[in-house]
Amino acid sequence: MSDVVVVDYGAGNTRSVRAALTHLGVTSVVSSDPTMIADGELVILPGVGSARSAMDHLESTGADQALRDRFATGSPILGICLGMQLALDHSDEDGGVDGIGLLRGSVHLITEGRVPRLGWAIVEPWGDAYYFAHSYAATCPHSVATSEGVTVAVERGAFLGVQFHPEKSGSAGLAFLERCLSPV
Amino acid sequence: MPLARLIPCLDVAHGRVVKGVNFVGLRDVGDPVELAKFYSDGGADELVFLDITATPEDSATMTSVVAEVADVLEIPFTVGGGVRSVEDAIRIIESGADRVSLNSAALADPNLIGAIARRYGRQAVVVAIDAGDGVVHTHGGRVVTTTKTIPWAVEAASRGAGEILLTSISHDGKREGFDLALTAAVRDAVSVPVIASGGAGSAAHVAEALRIADAALIASIVHENPAGLPGLRREIQELGIQLRPMKELI
Repeated sequence: MSDVVVVDYGAGNTRSVRAALTHLGVTSVVSSDPTMIADGELVILPGVGSARSAMDHLESTGADQALRDRFATGSPILGICLGMQLALDHSDEDGGVDGIGLLRGSVHLITEGRVPRLGWAIVEPWGDAYYFAHSYAATCPHSVATSEGVTVAVERGAFLGVQFHPEKSGSAGLAFLERCLSPV
Repeated sequence: MPLARLIPCLDVAHGRVVKGVNFVGLRDVGDPVELAKFYSDGGADELVFLDITATPEDSATMTSVVAEVADVLEIPFTVGGGVRSVEDAIRIIESGADRVSLNSAALADPNLIGAIARRYGRQAVVVAIDAGDGVVHTHGGRVVTTTKTIPWAVEAASRGAGEILLTSISHDGKREGFDLALTAAVRDAVSVPVIASGGAGSAAHVAEALRIADAALIASIVHENPAGLPGLRREIQELGIQLRPMKELI
């Protein structure tokens, strides 16, 4: 058994996520190994990079199936930014990419305001501001929080996905991560 | 639109912060890690590190600075200066930076913008433009090119820049306010966010820039009094600009 497993898919910013966990006194490992993904107390799917290369990487290591199996057993998974988007059925990014499919929903290019959507924004109904950096946004029936009309958190069963970067959202982000860790 | 951002810029040479940071409360004013943490705690929404020497032998030093900063900072940061290739960008981003800023290198090889954006997403690529008299300047303002500012900003965004960092050469360092006309012209020409830079001398200057731009870069106004950052934020907010709420600063 291992503490927190941060899933490696080649381009994720695993360093910042791990630094935030360290700050909270939690040790973590970076891995794409299916056994580690099955056994971790909490699995974090971080987010940076493009949907296609991330899915290719997850498929080549079997991490995608390991995440589906883990989800089916009800063990917690946290998806961050691209990690949230990859958990849905489909993304329009890179000409269209099928996701892991833990939740119904799809990902589309943002068409309002300046794109990428960069910076801090208030998340409702939680009330705090978190840091965002994204050009694509989710449409999902499992939305649990929004920001300026954009779906920014989705939850179904043991999966919680957030569009913002808690590891880059100062004290509000650390408090969010701490809440995610509390059942661990 | 997300909230306006206040972005202190730290000039780094040989792994040390240079250019007039005055503060008695810091053990080591030249330490980028300590200063970054101090600004983050004081209400910076983001930070920019500019490697102003960026010689090949400094790149290893900068990489280790980036890694150390990433380990203590819980806000995003951008690294510029010395990013001349995709390999440089990989090195900086894999060390923990959120974004790289390209300046002269993007002008010399515009394909670099798209190459980095394809790998990390366009939010990871900032194109910095030093502008004066309608044209782009490079190499810290020492070289005046024939490239027109607005068309270059448009091209950079279309090639994959996720943000334009616009510095007015004529206003930079004078502390008499930002070049609002130039900032507005670039903002109107592109659909990506714009960071205004050059000329911040007061909270009122920053507030008027933030009515036009998505973010403001600040340097000497904060470096001469790092402990004054929370007060500067408050003043800007009192002028009607909404910044992110920070419970720990109240």
